[in-house]
Amino acid sequence: MQGDASPASPQALVALNHAGVWFASGRRVPVLDDVTLRIGRGERVALIGSNGSGKSTLLRVLHGLLPLREGQMVRAQALRQAMVFQHPHMLRMSVLHNFALGLWLGGMPWAQSKGRAVAALQGFGLGELLNRQANKLSGGQQQQVALARAYALEPSMLLLDEPTSSLDPHAKREVEALVQNIAVQQPSMTLVFASHNLGQVKRLATRVVYLEQGRVLADLPAGEFFEGPLLQRDYPHAHLFIKGELG
Amino acid sequence: MTSLTDSVATALHLIFSLDSGLLSIVTRSLGVSALASALACLLGVPLGAWLGVARFAGRTGLLTVLNTLLAVPSVVVGLVVYLLLSRSGPLGYLGWLFSLKAMVLAQTILVAPVVIALTRQVVDDAQVEHGEQLQSLGARTLFRGLLLAWDERHALMTVILASFGRAVSEVGAVMIVGGNVDGFTRVMTTAIALETSKGDLPLALGLGMVLLLVVWLLNALIALLRQVGGRGDDVVSAAKAPGYAG
Repeated sequence: MQGDASPASPQALVALNHAGVWFASGRRVPVLDDVTLRIGRGERVALIGSNGSGKSTLLRVLHGLLPLREGQMVRAQALRQAMVFQHPHMLRMSVLHNFALGLWLGGMPWAQSKGRAVAALQGFGLGELLNRQANKLSGGQQQQVALARAYALEPSMLLLDEPTSSLDPHAKREVEALVQNIAVQQPSMTLVFASHNLGQVKRLATRVVYLEQGRVLADLPAGEFFEGPLLQRDYPHAHLFIKGELG
Repeated sequence: MTSLTDSVATALHLIFSLDSGLLSIVTRSLGVSALASALACLLGVPLGAWLGVARFAGRTGLLTVLNTLLAVPSVVVGLVVYLLLSRSGPLGYLGWLFSLKAMVLAQTILVAPVVIALTRQVVDDAQVEHGEQLQSLGARTLFRGLLLAWDERHALMTVILASFGRAVSEVGAVMIVGGNVDGFTRVMTTAIALETSKGDLPLALGLGMVLLLVVWLLNALIALLRQVGGRGDDVVSAAKAPGYAG
């Protein structure tokens, strides 16, 4: 991407300007390098690229879990974010308490958090899991609970780090259906997700950002990314990646 | 050989007849060590939990010091506490030297690094697994540490019992700061040392057997907790989730 990004437009939620992150272990190893990106309200942005390309790091930067080493990030005022990780990692307590804890940490009183948790879980058809011990659920069920919890936080931007990559095909379908359900229920909510599954990217994304070695090499609307002639002509690396000849 | 078997027989008689002298030493010993372990846990679990999740400059150096403290001989701790509590020391005004309070203080100082270091390790491992998730939900550092410590409570029970084991079996610190005063500050380990040097083997052997029994019970309890901790999870989920898909 070229030029400066800024959330000056009322629709922009977050903008990165020449952002860089590196890990210093003897020598400087960049994991994000000169990334300039602007994400608007209601966008469905897929981050794709091979392992180690910087997708997860970019999500963590956007969520504020990793500080930038260079460049800057500008967020819209009153931006509310929630993130779902590749492995949901529930605590050794009931689903209800895991869920309510997330809402309580977000500032809601405990009693209200529990009521909201019950309503949200039932709303997503997960009511029968309420009293189950969360860390003993199947991976797919844990991920569904994590997604429902993130959604209950009413984020304006939801970040998903390969939410289905460690699941079996059946659980993958269920979690993806839940993401689609959330996207339909909240069209104004921004969704940014990392994925290796190009079919899933086609189904969920309206915009695709291709990363390689920490750099953004392509940033296109999903239709153009997968079907137009632009990719092959202007972004040969991204084209090779989706053909399966790279990474 | 006859002397040994006689001693063992007399020791067993002391134990099973609930000899008052032996009982008073055992209860004092267990009381001092239990209180010291409780204080060490009160201080050490939150501090270890915080150290497990906090990242700051100098953390590695601090952990190295902490790990070094794990190996400090109990006589050195006893000496330091003695100097602190002696009449000319900075805490001399308390008048604690040769009292149970001094023994509790010494054992607390001896055991606290064990609690802090082991809690730090347990929470650090849990942080790798759950830390980002909790951080993303808005849990601040200390609360995140405490939450992870609570989540790993079965592992921490082992830490607490191990700290009690270390306290109840040490002899150097309590000997120096307690003075081994008969009927006041004499505990199992100091009594064993003294009675052996006096040649009163039956009492020393009796106390040694009780001490071994205590340590054995602690280990059995640790094993039981581990078993119940692991199985408890399954019991809860199986009871509440008949259709569990795995």
